[in-house]
Formats: sequence, C-alpha cells, structure tokens
Amino acid sequence: MRKYSIFALLLVVVMLLAACAPAATPAPAEEATQPPAAAEPTKAPEQPAQPAEEKVTLTIESWRNDDLTIWQDTIIPAFEAKHPNIHVVFAPTAPAEYNGVLNTKLEGGTAGDLITCRPFDASLKLFEKGYLAPLNDLPGMENFGDVAKSAWITDDGKTVFCVPMASVIHGFFYNKEAFDKLGLKPPETKAEFKAVLDAIKADGTYIPLGMGTADMWEAATMGFQNIGPNNWKGEEGRLALIKGTAKYTDEPYVKTWRELAAWRDYLPPGFEAVKYPDAQSLFTLGKAAIYPTGSWEIALFEQQATFEMGVFKPPVENKGDQCYISDHTDIALGMNAATKHPEEAKTFLSWVASKEFAELYSNALPGFFSLSNEPVTLKDPLAQEFVSWRGQCKSTIRNSYQILSRGEPNLENELWRVSAAVINGTMTPEQAAKEIQDGLDKWYKPK
Amino acid sequence: MSQAIRRKKVFPWHIVVFLAPAVIIYSVFMVFPLLNSLRLSFFGFTPDNKEFFVGFQNYVKLFTDSTYAPRFWGALKNNFVFFAIHMLVQNPIGLLLAALLAGGGRGRNFYRTILFMPTVLSVVIIGFIWQLILNPLWGVTEGLMKMVGLGSLFKPWLGLPESALIAVSLISVWQFVGIPMILFYAALIGIPEELIEAATVDGASRWHSFWHIKFPLILPTVGIVAILTFVGNFNAFDLIYTMKGANAGPEFSTDIMGTLFYRTFFGQQLQLGNPAMGATVAAMMFLIILTGVLIYMFLWQRRVTTYEL
Amino acid sequence: MSDSSPVRTATFTYRLRRFFGSLAPHLVLAGYSVFALFPIFMILINSFKTRKAIFGAPFELPNAQTFSLIGYETVTKRANFAQYFINSTIVTIGALLLILLIGAMAAYALSEYRFPGNALLGLYLSIGIMIPIRLGTVGILRLMVGLNLVNTLAGLILVYIAQGLPLTIFILSQFMRQVPRELKDAARIDGASEYRIFMLVLPLVRPALGAIGIFTMIPIWNDLWFPLIISPSAKTATITLGVQQFLGQFVSDWNAVLSSLTLAMVPILIFYIVFSGQMIRSITAGAIK
Repeated sequence: MRKYSIFALLLVVVMLLAACAPAATPAPAEEATQPPAAAEPTKAPEQPAQPAEEKVTLTIESWRNDDLTIWQDTIIPAFEAKHPNIHVVFAPTAPAEYNGVLNTKLEGGTAGDLITCRPFDASLKLFEKGYLAPLNDLPGMENFGDVAKSAWITDDGKTVFCVPMASVIHGFFYNKEAFDKLGLKPPETKAEFKAVLDAIKADGTYIPLGMGTADMWEAATMGFQNIGPNNWKGEEGRLALIKGTAKYTDEPYVKTWRELAAWRDYLPPGFEAVKYPDAQSLFTLGKAAIYPTGSWEIALFEQQATFEMGVFKPPVENKGDQCYISDHTDIALGMNAATKHPEEAKTFLSWVASKEFAELYSNALPGFFSLSNEPVTLKDPLAQEFVSWRGQCKSTIRNSYQILSRGEPNLENELWRVSAAVINGTMTPEQAAKEIQDGLDKWYKPK
Repeated sequence: MSQAIRRKKVFPWHIVVFLAPAVIIYSVFMVFPLLNSLRLSFFGFTPDNKEFFVGFQNYVKLFTDSTYAPRFWGALKNNFVFFAIHMLVQNPIGLLLAALLAGGGRGRNFYRTILFMPTVLSVVIIGFIWQLILNPLWGVTEGLMKMVGLGSLFKPWLGLPESALIAVSLISVWQFVGIPMILFYAALIGIPEELIEAATVDGASRWHSFWHIKFPLILPTVGIVAILTFVGNFNAFDLIYTMKGANAGPEFSTDIMGTLFYRTFFGQQLQLGNPAMGATVAAMMFLIILTGVLIYMFLWQRRVTTYEL
Repeated sequence: MSDSSPVRTATFTYRLRRFFGSLAPHLVLAGYSVFALFPIFMILINSFKTRKAIFGAPFELPNAQTFSLIGYETVTKRANFAQYFINSTIVTIGALLLILLIGAMAAYALSEYRFPGNALLGLYLSIGIMIPIRLGTVGILRLMVGLNLVNTLAGLILVYIAQGLPLTIFILSQFMRQVPRELKDAARIDGASEYRIFMLVLPLVRPALGAIGIFTMIPIWNDLWFPLIISPSAKTATITLGVQQFLGQFVSDWNAVLSSLTLAMVPILIFYIVFSGQMIRSITAGAIK
C-alpha cells in the first residue's frame, strides 16, 4: 500500500501546483497573453505583485517572429514612452502556424487586440467574417495613398480595415568580394546575367545561385514573382490576368518559367532538399555568389555576412528597356473587432500610421519600406539602393495576391508547387502554365 | 462464479464509479468538441460565416472534384505506403530488439534505455536533426557515405518526389521503433519461465523456441502493435508537417491524411481554411481508422485466444 | 569410449554457438544503439562549435579553436527556460498520473465486468485516437474560455487527460484481460470489495502501466499545439513552445538552432533516464512471479 500513498501524495502535490498557477495570474486571461519568448526573467515575477491600475495591455498577433527583438527593444518602448497607460505585447507565432492559430483564437475569442494582416484576400476574408474592425475614420489613415491601402480595402473601395505598414522589394543580393575576385559586374540584361552565372560556375569557387526548392515558396516568390514582372510588364500584365485578357499560358508567363528552369544548372548540389535557411546560410557564409530574394533579408544578412554585399534588380531583356520591380504591399496592422479596448487599440493604430512609426520601423527593419506618404529617410545603404529602384522602374505587386487567390485550388499555393517542380525539372514550363490556368479557370470568371 | 456473486447486488455502482471519471472528462474535453466539428462535414458556409446544411455534398466533392479528389486519393495511397513501411520495417526491428533484450545478458538495461531515446524526443527536434543530417549542404551523410566508398549514391532524398515519402517514413520508423520494442519486451518477459524452461530442456534451439513457443504466446501483443501502428499512421501529422510543411512537397509526394486535413481545415499562407471540407477529410480519417479498429476487435481479437498469466 | 568424439564435437559446437549466441545480440544491440544515438550526438557536439566549424568539420569534436558557446548565449539571453521547464513538468506529471489512475479504473471496469453496452463503450472510448485531435481545437478553446481556464496549466492538463485516455484504456484493458480470474474470484469469496480487488489487480499490470506511462508522457511533453492555443502566456508556456519560438526566430542562426535543440533535448532525456530506471523496475517486477 505504501506505493499508492506515494502515488497519491504526488498527485495531490501536482494538482495543488496546477491549481495555484491560475490563481497566481491576476489579470483576465486575454490580457495575460504574452509570447513565451517575451518573458524576460527579471520582469516576470514583478507582474503579479503590481495589480494593473488602469493600465491596459494590448496584444499584437503576428507571424513576424524574426522581428520580436525589434518590437520589444525599439518600437514598443517608443510608443509606451508617449502613452504610459498602455502596455503593448508583441506575441508572434511561427509563420507556418499563424493562420491556424489566429483563426482558432478568433473563433474562440482569445485572439489579441491587434492583428497583423496579410495582404489582400486573406485579410479581406477576416473582415467579411467580422473579425476585423473597419478603420475608415482612424486618425492618421490620411497618410496613406490609394496604392498603399489597396491591399486592405473592400472590393468597392469603401472600407479600409488595416493600417498599411510596409512593402518589400524583390531583387538579387550578390557577394561583392566574389564578384571583384572574378572580375564581374552586376548584370543588367538577361544575357549578362547568364554570362555572370556561367563565369561563376566555370571558376568553381562559388555556387552561382544560392537557392533551394524544398520549401517551395522561394521558387514562386523569389523566382517567379521576382523576374516575371519584366516579362509581363508589371501592372499591365497583372491587371490583364484579373480582367481575363491575359492567361498564364501566354508567352510572358511561360517564358518566366523557362527562365526559372534554366536556373537549375546554377543551384547548389541537392537543391531539391535545400531549405530557405540553408540557402541563407550558404550565402552569408560566402559559399554562394548570388542570392535571389527580396529586401526583407537586409537586416539578417548585414548581421551575418562577413563580406561586402551588393544588390541588383531583376535583369531586363535589352539594355535600356523599361524595368519593372515587385514592390509588394506585404504587411499591415488591423484591430480585432472583439477587442475589449478599442480606444487604446485605435490609439496604437494611429501611432502606427504616424510619421514617427514610419521612420522607426523602416530603419529598425531595413528592407521593410513604409507605405506612408510622409517622406522617410533611410539610413541603410542597401535599403536605399532597393528603394532607389522605385524611381527607375515601374512598381507592381505579386500577381497571385489580389482577387485571384480567393478560390480553390488556391493560386498562390499552386504557383509554389509548379514553380518548384519546374526548377526541379519534374514539370515543363508549358505543363506548369497549363495546370495554373486550368486551376484558375475552374472557379474564376473575369468580370 | 463471479457472475453469481455479482447477481446478488442490486445495482453495480462500482462499475459507474470506475467508469465515470474517464467517461466524463473524455466526453467533455474530447468527444464533444470533436463530434461537434465533425458535424461541419454536412454543412457549408456563407461569406459572412453562417452555416447551412448541404447533406453529402462535401463528400461528393471530396471524391469527385478535380481539386480535392486527386489530393484525397493521393494522400490515402501515400498513407498506405507510410503504414506499410512501418509494418515491414519498424515492427520487425522492434520485435528483434525486444527479443534480444529479453534474451538477457549484460548491459540489457543500458541498451534498452538508449534504444528508446529517439522515441522520447519531440518531432520538432527529430525533424530538424534528420534534415541537418541528410542536408546536402552540411554533407554529414555524404561524408559518411564517402568514407565507405558510396559517396556517389548520395542523393537529396528528402527533396526528390520518388524518395521523399520513403525517407520521411524511415525517419518516423527511426523515431518510433521504441514503442513496439517496449510492448514486445513487456510481453516477452511476461511469459512464464516454466514454459520456456520446459522447451529448452527438450533441446529446442533459441530460434525454434522463439517462433514456436514465445511468438504464439505474444500474438495478442502483435495484434496490439499492428493496430496501434495503423491508428498512429493514419492519424500521423507532426513529422511530415515539421519536415515538409503543410504543402507536403515536392509535388504532394509526402502528403498523407493528416497533412491534407490540416491544410484543408486551417489553410495556410494565402489559402484560407475550409472548415467544412476539413471536417470531411477528418470524417474520412475517422471512418478508415474505425474500420481498422473494428477489424481488429471483431476479427483478430476473437480469433486469437488470450492466454492468462 | 567410442562415443567420446561426438560428445566433444557437440560441446565444441555448443560452445561456439554459445559464444556467437551471446555476442551476436550484443553486436546488433550496440550497432543499433549507435544508429539511435548518432544524430543526437551530432547535434550535441556541433552546438559547442563556431559557425564555420559546424559547416567545415561536422564530425570533429569541438577543440580549442572551434569551441564556442555563442549559440547558448543567444538562446539563454531572452528565454526563461527554467520557468518553461517547471510548467512542462507540472503539466506532464499531473496529466500522466491522472491518466494512469482514471484510465486504469475505466480499463478495469471494461475488462472485468460484463454489462450491456460494454463493447460499445470500449469503442466509444477509442474514438479519440481515430480523429485528428486538432479538429476539435475551436470547441476545446471555447470550452476553456467558458471555464475560465485559458492560460492555465489546469486547462492543459484536462485536455491532455482527455487526449491520453483512449490509448491508455485501449492498451490497459488488453493487459487486464490477461490477469488470472481465479485470483479475483478468490478475493471476492474472501469478501473483498470491488475497489479492493482493483487495487489487487493494479500491481499485476505494472509492466503495462510503466510502458504506457512512458509513451503517454512523451506526446504531452512534446506537444506544441495546445500550449500555443490554450496557454501561450509567458507564465504558462511549456518548454516545447519556448524552443519552437526560438527555432522560428533564429532559424538561420545555426549556433542558436543547435543550442536550443540541445536545451530542448537534454531535459527530456534526463527525465527519461531517471524514469526509465523506475520503468525497468516495474517491468521486471512484472516478470518475476
């Protein structure tokens, strides 16, 4: 019997501990929500001791767990200094889980007060379901132009539901050291691009292109949407797809996949199993000479790379051709319609719409370019370089995001799949085009 | 005998006492939420999130629609491959290790502790470890293969459509082999010594005594292991999700029922979750696993007479 | 006399067989042990190396030149691993003990008594392992909100009990059927109550309890989903959730990745090694009758 008394004792102890845990949390459940990583060991014990005196806690749901430290150390303190009665907690979830977790929390009623919005259809759906509050009369919204707001507005253009935060620009990073050693110049035309890749390959010291297809999205986002706008003439081609006057089986799109297929020869060995972080390491360790991607990498790369980096924009057909860049409205912040603190949440959102935030954010996260009309001075040279392309080229956004990703099969996911397959060589560019167009035709009827 | 004793009692309250805690907690926190969601497979949603009854339409869609049907049948096929690899590799290895452990000898506890270790680790860790090890860039595996002169055979297995599923299955086998091992081990050492001694005195070889005496005695455990493998495999999700994401690439070659369900129900990136179709996939998983369990309960369990200790 | 040589040969082959008979199992077991440990070992040694050395010489042990604790510094700077560890321990042990107790009671009732609906109830109790548990997430979360159990460890424990019961009952009732009937009937004749008989049966299925204990514990300890949904707050986060957040943040920082993997692995391995002693004892105790 002694054994069982030990068992029972253990049980009692554990139940007591478990029962104490909730009792030690004075704040209402939602308000106590914090990301585990946000726990600074020194701070944690203080909270139960100080009962919340009118101090409101706002929680931000986000998929940007990379930015956690920047929010904690830079952005939130700047806001709290001005609004001492509002405490803000940045609670990111890993990108892969964000959709599932956010939807569950919204339906269960435990989601944070502020919600980071993905562009276009995904957030529109949340608004239609009544989870996001309309923000038309938010002070500060006047700082954004129509293009900036286009990603977070209803189809009739009447209601905005998220405050635009940033866009990202696609392009290529290159290792300046490697280029100098091999006597190469950043390419401007497609022919030059190929010549550069061939030269790097012939030399053999570096992997020409640091990219893999294991995660699939790189093939579509950093490949297809990066080099494609020069082929389909940016907005012209994107809007034609929506209008139905162009199809993915048309030459500009098939050609883009053909160009992608040609990348295969320059990718690292075993690229089919190379994941995104592997490719990043490959470049920052100086093993790959060129890395196709977007401006969002600046902060991480500057921190990790030990060599000088440069960037070049997607090559055009002939020297002097009009160039197009993907300047993608990527991230915004909305308000949970069910928040208990709408006033404080709006105060925060107004601040996000302000010039101060634009300046802070764009410089704390170089490569995320503010969408505000207020001019922002960028300190980072690579970020300056990216943003300078806006003056030389016409901007567009990823062509699968607006309207075309509303149905099933989901266009964006399909683009990931076929683009990866085209690079892997398991699908021809023509097959890829046909599968994409067939999937779209199944549900999309242009108006 | 016990029947007779019990019949005297008015109402068997003790049965209620034994069952109540389990049934209550389980019903409230598991069955009710699950069945309530499963119900969605007969419903559709309006744009503003209102439910309406659609009968079997979602099922018809799952089996015939050109978006869903290939994914469903593909996932089902992959799941059977996944299961077959576990049955053919994991369980025989588990039995072999259990038999060797039960055979006694020095270091038995040491080995047993070590062999079960992979099973203890989280799939997040396992997924990461194996991706690093098979990573063509890090080159650990390629390096090892070169040492034994097989360097040219190395391939980025996890990234190739023809090998990704097998690679993922084998990683899962590596992780979970401890479970059949422990179950077989517990059963083997539970066999009464007298039976084995009697056989050994008769001069039966180890091999012979294992297959003719021990194995028939642990047949009930063989059944348990098989059905647990079946249930576990058709409900599997985490490892593939960790290693290949919800898209289960390349080209859906690692897509099993669990990843199909997750992708459909919760959505991902720009694809929004579709609770109705997700619930339909879950209902199919339920039916498949239920069929397996019923076969086990009514065909296998009835046939194999359970021995008493 | 004449039969001495066959005897000698027999003892020789017997010795040979005995030699290989005892060596071969060792070879197989040791070989497989290396296979089981190798990946864990690789992570461990590389977590103590510089970034260049991780790539350049993955097989080498860290030496004076390549030794680095940079990954651990990155990881420990911000995360409250001690708190997460305590949370994980409370949740795991609490859920485990209750699962074993409640599960054993139910399994006993199902295997011991014949009553109408017995088989059906058994089937009902195993529905839980046939449906992907995430399907019920929204319902479970709403329940937790209603019971005011969001961001508590008690909420997590309740879900894990519900989640662990089906398998426990399923396996335990198989083992309980194997307990000799005479033993229980003898006790009944002696006038023991049904509860007393249950307490008699429990030690007899200790091997099964030990095994089930270990593999009910693992998914609870390693679960990511429910901590993320039900108890994401800093005070209630589990270690798996904490590690996951780190993997997300530092995914391309190999030092931090390897160190956080090590930090996640080591506690559960220590935990396991400590408990496996207990488990071995319980399993072997079942064997010695």
